[in-house]
Amino acid sequence: MTEKRIRVLVAKPGLDGHDRGAKVVARALRDAGMEVIYTGLRQTPEQIAAAALQEDVDAVGISILSGAHNTIVPRICELLRAQGQADVTVIVGGIIPDEDIPALKKAGVAEVFQPGSSTEQIINFIRGHVARRA
Amino acid sequence: MLGPWLLKAPERMERFTTVSGVPVERLYTPADLTDFDYARDLGDPGEFPFTRGIHRTMYRGKLWTMRQFSGFGSPEDTNRRLHFLLAQGQTGLSIAFDLPTLMGYDSDHPLAEGEVGKCGVAVSSLEDMETLLAGVPLERVTTSMTINSPAAMIWAMYLVAAEKSGADWKKISGTLQNDILKEYIAQKEYIFPPQPSLRLVVDSIVFSAREVPRWNPISISGYHIREAGSTAAQELAFTLGDGIEYVEAVRAAGLAVDEFAPRLSFFFNAHNDLFEEVAKYRAARKVWARVMRERFQAANPLSWRCRFHAQTAGCSLTAQQPVNNVARTAIQALAAVLGGTQSLHTNSLDEAWALPTERAARLALRTQQVIAHESGVTEFADPLGGSYFVERLTLEMERACWSYFEKIDALGGMVAAIEQGYPQREIHEAAYAYQKAVERKEKIIVGVNEFVSSEAHPIEILTIDEAVARRQREKLAEMKKKRDSAQVERTLEALSSAAATDQNLMPFLIECVRAYATLGEMCDVLRRVFGTYQEPAFR
Repeated sequence: MTEKRIRVLVAKPGLDGHDRGAKVVARALRDAGMEVIYTGLRQTPEQIAAAALQEDVDAVGISILSGAHNTIVPRICELLRAQGQADVTVIVGGIIPDEDIPALKKAGVAEVFQPGSSTEQIINFIRGHVARRA
Repeated sequence: MLGPWLLKAPERMERFTTVSGVPVERLYTPADLTDFDYARDLGDPGEFPFTRGIHRTMYRGKLWTMRQFSGFGSPEDTNRRLHFLLAQGQTGLSIAFDLPTLMGYDSDHPLAEGEVGKCGVAVSSLEDMETLLAGVPLERVTTSMTINSPAAMIWAMYLVAAEKSGADWKKISGTLQNDILKEYIAQKEYIFPPQPSLRLVVDSIVFSAREVPRWNPISISGYHIREAGSTAAQELAFTLGDGIEYVEAVRAAGLAVDEFAPRLSFFFNAHNDLFEEVAKYRAARKVWARVMRERFQAANPLSWRCRFHAQTAGCSLTAQQPVNNVARTAIQALAAVLGGTQSLHTNSLDEAWALPTERAARLALRTQQVIAHESGVTEFADPLGGSYFVERLTLEMERACWSYFEKIDALGGMVAAIEQGYPQREIHEAAYAYQKAVERKEKIIVGVNEFVSSEAHPIEILTIDEAVARRQREKLAEMKKKRDSAQVERTLEALSSAAATDQNLMPFLIECVRAYATLGEMCDVLRRVFGTYQEPAFR
């Protein structure tokens, strides 16, 4: 019996190019046995949603450090819902102040990983969340 | 001999390493410096190979420039912060631009949405630049500008603003970061492909040598390479490797090495590992001196000197227990000073969360002032020179650097190495290894993977209102109504034609700026001529 591998889209929206975090997380998820698609830099919310649909992913991980998350992240969630992917787990990593988290969660984000989070926490969260959903 | 002792009192770890993962022995002795020659390996300060510093008297003569990087919101907001910092005793300005500006988009571009004024100040036109610099005495204050892909355009704005304020180009001084190669390697703020980007860098270096002789047209930067996760040796080698590529490109454009090399400047990270950092700065000076004298046959001693700015490591700051960052920054700043830096930025305690508040920025500046005036480390040159450990580490750092140069040369130079993804891969491997070491607790980060505390540590955070973006868009629309649009079109057309030849583009950009063409308009012209760059897929 083969277990279906979890598919994750790692996305880097906005103009910022600091991709250390996105790449380290992508690599860690891969090492943990997940299938990871990395969008590359400067993807619009539309491009990210299109990639999520085309790749039929279980989770989308958004890396954002520039402070533009309140504009960009809710739009990605909205586009995912509009295309029938409301069940895709959306997680966000980066410089996200505490006070912005409730609004992001309300917009559809399952969890926010702030600076200092370990890749193990992220892996466990995705496994737990995607499994519950399945 | 140590055996029984170790049985009684075992060491804390089996293997000790620097923050870069380089093994460190228990003790260093003269046996670690067998083939060591004072004149060859060190020399006195101010003498080849400058290992001990580029000036004879070092900080006894003049302290480093305390240059706090700042920029946020609108040009008006940042102008107020610049005046505040000057009033606090800061001795040079350093401007941070927002992401749309860094990427060559105006504040009204659709991709600028949500990003205007967030990571720095928004500057879309000469009008914004004039507002930003209002009341700053440009012939007396030196200004550093952290801008890369559109460095030539932003510099053109600065030059025209200076001219309009009555400042003489022959007298003004400052620094453009203008280091595009490290963008492909690490920070990824590129617009055009490497070759035309390199041409813009060369054009500004050549223009500077002829027209703005006191300007530093490039700050060849390892800072971002280190922030992307490199080791100290990689930071050193890729930065100086970029420097070699620039020198070759400017020589190919017809300038003799001594005509421009004295104005090349560098920018390094100041990370947590104090001795490793000091060794890195000392090795940087030694290697660059040899590269310039031997590889490029520079005859002017000023061409041999590696002058550098340092900034404490943003990536070392923790979001948890942010006040702890004051201690980290102080140690890192001390490393830069013990390593002989020419100028220094100290990060603020709140920067793992946001751009610094005024209070946090002042504390960061005060940290430098305490080191400068209270610690006593400034009263003699190269205080760590002669330490068995530091000298050995400096030699190892130097060896690692030469060995990276061999690999880069074998790949066909830095541009070719970048196109093959070589430095990018090396850095990613190091970043991943470090993350794993932290997660295995082989490396301790106070407040993150050890000494964690659940109590909240509230700090004040600077937020940038979306109203800034709206005001910037309105001002831009107003300005476009006022300017002579036929003149804008003529100058942009001339820029486009010149871009297709090999003429120096600086005079053309300056004409565009004088006509109030915007940053986005100038960059769009060049996007059409040069094309844009996409990085190869991450496997």
